[in-house]
Amino acid sequence: MPRTLRLILRRLLSALPSVAAVVVVTFVLTRALPGDPAAYFAGPAATPQAVEEVRKRLGLDRTLPEQFLAYLGELARGEMGTSLTTGQPVREDILARLPASLELTLAALLLAVAVAIPLGVAAATRPGSWIDHMARVVSTAGVSLPVFFTGLLLVYVFYYLLGWAPAPMGRLDLFASTPPTVTGFLLIDSLLAGEGATFRAAAAQLVLPALTLGLFSVAPLARMTRASMLGVLSSDFVRTARASGLSRSTVLVTYALRNALLPVVTTLGMVFSFLLGANVLVEKVFSWPGIGSYAIEALVASDYAPVQGFILTMAVMYVGLNLLVDVLYGIIDPRVRIEA
Amino acid sequence: MTLLSVETLSLSFRTRAGTVRALEDVSFDLAKGETLGIVGESGSGKSVLSFAVMGISDPAARITGGAVRFEGLDLLTAPPRDLDALRGAEMAMIFQNPRVALNPIRPVGKQIEDVLLRHAGLTRAEARVRAVEMLAKVRIPDPERRAKAYPFEMSGGMCQRVMIALALACAPKLLIADEPTTGLDVTTQAAIMDLVGDLARESRMAVILITHDLGLAAERCDRIAVMHAGHVVEVAPTAELFAAPRHPYTRRLIATTPRPGVTLAELEPIPGALPDLRGELPPCRYAARCERSDTACGAGPLPRLTVRPGHLVACARPL
Amino acid sequence: MTATLRHIRYVLAENPVTGVAFGGFLLILLLALFGPLLAPYDPLASDTAAALQPPSWAHWFGTDHLGRDILSRVMVATRLDVQISLSAVALSFACGSVAGVCAGWFGGPVERILSRLVDTIMAFPLFVLAMGVVAALGNTVGNIVVATAIINFPFYVRMARAETNARREAGFIEAARLGGNGDARILGFHLFPNILPPMMVQVSLNMGYAILNAAGLSFIGLGVRPPTPEWGIMVAEGASYIVSGEWWVALFPGTVLMLAVFCFNLLGDGLRDIIDPRRRT
Repeated sequence: MPRTLRLILRRLLSALPSVAAVVVVTFVLTRALPGDPAAYFAGPAATPQAVEEVRKRLGLDRTLPEQFLAYLGELARGEMGTSLTTGQPVREDILARLPASLELTLAALLLAVAVAIPLGVAAATRPGSWIDHMARVVSTAGVSLPVFFTGLLLVYVFYYLLGWAPAPMGRLDLFASTPPTVTGFLLIDSLLAGEGATFRAAAAQLVLPALTLGLFSVAPLARMTRASMLGVLSSDFVRTARASGLSRSTVLVTYALRNALLPVVTTLGMVFSFLLGANVLVEKVFSWPGIGSYAIEALVASDYAPVQGFILTMAVMYVGLNLLVDVLYGIIDPRVRIEA
Repeated sequence: MTLLSVETLSLSFRTRAGTVRALEDVSFDLAKGETLGIVGESGSGKSVLSFAVMGISDPAARITGGAVRFEGLDLLTAPPRDLDALRGAEMAMIFQNPRVALNPIRPVGKQIEDVLLRHAGLTRAEARVRAVEMLAKVRIPDPERRAKAYPFEMSGGMCQRVMIALALACAPKLLIADEPTTGLDVTTQAAIMDLVGDLARESRMAVILITHDLGLAAERCDRIAVMHAGHVVEVAPTAELFAAPRHPYTRRLIATTPRPGVTLAELEPIPGALPDLRGELPPCRYAARCERSDTACGAGPLPRLTVRPGHLVACARPL
Repeated sequence: MTATLRHIRYVLAENPVTGVAFGGFLLILLLALFGPLLAPYDPLASDTAAALQPPSWAHWFGTDHLGRDILSRVMVATRLDVQISLSAVALSFACGSVAGVCAGWFGGPVERILSRLVDTIMAFPLFVLAMGVVAALGNTVGNIVVATAIINFPFYVRMARAETNARREAGFIEAARLGGNGDARILGFHLFPNILPPMMVQVSLNMGYAILNAAGLSFIGLGVRPPTPEWGIMVAEGASYIVSGEWWVALFPGTVLMLAVFCFNLLGDGLRDIIDPRRRT
């Protein structure tokens, strides 16, 4: 079995306990509600009989271990209950809204990486310059900025004052029509359908929310890139590379950057935690129809099944993303790969 | 024929605690095919000197005077592009701690290929073959397989061989070896030094061997330069240096070297310590530790006397 | 003593921003303690005739959609936000450091169980977990505190465990052991005071994060309910008016929130420079 495959399998196995923990915790969170869980799931407007029906239907009259097994069974079938507010199965709601959240998060991540890494590298190769100072200011400020506040600020400046950005009203303005769904990502789907105008409209709506979310992540990534790069640039093997007369770009990229990126990849795990959480806030500010705003609406309406589904989905995505980061690290760093 | 000529080189470091005058008026010559040893205590400036010659000094370093001529070209004033072409191709360097001096996440074969592609104008395929040839030349067994290995999979001695292969890939005229055997066991030390010696003789390559081990220098070098606190205090052919040292420091240095017939207790340590290289310094930086110092040593600049052809001493009162 | 003061003065001279941050911290403390007394208007008094007025001499921060003075509301909100974050940080610090010290000291099953617990918490995106906790326990301010405490808990456990491990074989611990002290006394009187300085740095850095968390949860409608003045909820209330140009309703509370978090972060950085400059990034 090739080394890389073995690495992936090993990492998958080590992620299983996390998934188990997530399942147990979400079960506890929603079944161990103070008061009567059935009343919560039935909703504030339910009559006592309706509550009893819900209790029977959800199996809340059975013992906790029995409930847990039933819960596992449901999850295995992909069922996550029904939403009171939309009347749909939670699974359908989440699947319908997931692409919106994913498109936003991925765009933000790409933006953050595209800004943070060059910024960190530039700051490290020119210590003491204005770029270095700017990188440090961005790093400190970035961790202090409330995400929702940044979003509102950007809306105020770029929509209200400058008129450059469209109204923060979701993924597409009222006049554009949704392209035929292939991936659920509007940018990709509109390109596939050849609808240039729709692509531009979708991109325009995506800019501010992705910028808000991305700005939040630039700070830890830039900080880590700069610190790591500084360390690597003064290392012995970079000195050897210079002594061998290798070109500046080879030394910088092939020798320094590749090594410096290792701790940055590890930082990505923490960045994902921020991103997935801040996603919720950004979706509220920009009325983005993703799973974050879905959960907020459900929470405020005391509709608990969607909240449970949301937490489970987010947590599983997070475990998956961390797994990806681990595997990526293993591919880049042979020391991890080979020490089987 | 002079390959390298260092003329009154002076170098300082700017630090938060002041200016450190790490090298002052350092001069020596190196002929083609010759092996020169540079010896001295830790902190005497040996490595700083070698980095300055190669042009890879710390960014905080400032050359405050002198010249470094390689085949006539002044390396300190030449344009960077010319220097980059020289480094790795005409002049090369190997370092101590070879395992951390190699890129940890790149196969060693590829690291040698990088140098070949940069300087020798080969194609990728040709470079790959040549890299394996170099590994074989430095006597690494099973070079085909080893080329794909990473530094952490190799022993210290093997990593040093890889570094030598890297340095010699483009057949340079000058090799600077900065403490190449520190940290290796004695048998490996001998093997590495034999390898360097053989390869140097084969291609008439000049070698500068930097070491604090006087015994090693005595074995392997044609001439030796002794450094103390940023000064070259004596340069002489090896045999002459040991038979008739003319600088008080050299004599004491030789006296501290363990040798058969002398018990450890009989070795005399050199009193005092290296002076603080910041702030005001007297012309002779050894005077404070020297048993022969008197008023003549503080008056006027440090003289450089040629006591015999090829034998220089920087002392006002040589032995 | 003078050596410490000299060191503090050196750090402040090197980094005057730390001094400014400390000043800001004192201001926040002042507002938290005396806000309601210092506020020019009653934060809850609405006057719809004077709704949505831009900043003026009468109302420095303008008025919101119910005609309430925003400056007064921002000042009074300081107390609630500080209370929430302080309680949350105190709770997670107390539980986390004790747990971490025990894990580092006793090792074995204690450490394994705590590791599992910490890993379980860290398996979730933290803000999402906080939402879940508030959903499960009920939509109250108290539960905001609990949720924020839970998601901060892992940082303290890990730090305390690492610091304890580093000092386990140290001289002063050996001396305490030889002096006949039992485990509890060693941990409580010798080890814990010694790890306090680096933990304090973490506390200061965490305060900023806790305020952001609490404000974020209130922004999406959890915990604090109107008409209670709180920075996050004020930003939420003002959000809908940004698109029509009434920027002051959301921007003043948001800016104050941002400055407070910035203050705590800079303070934490400064404290770290004073206590352990090696950890600087």
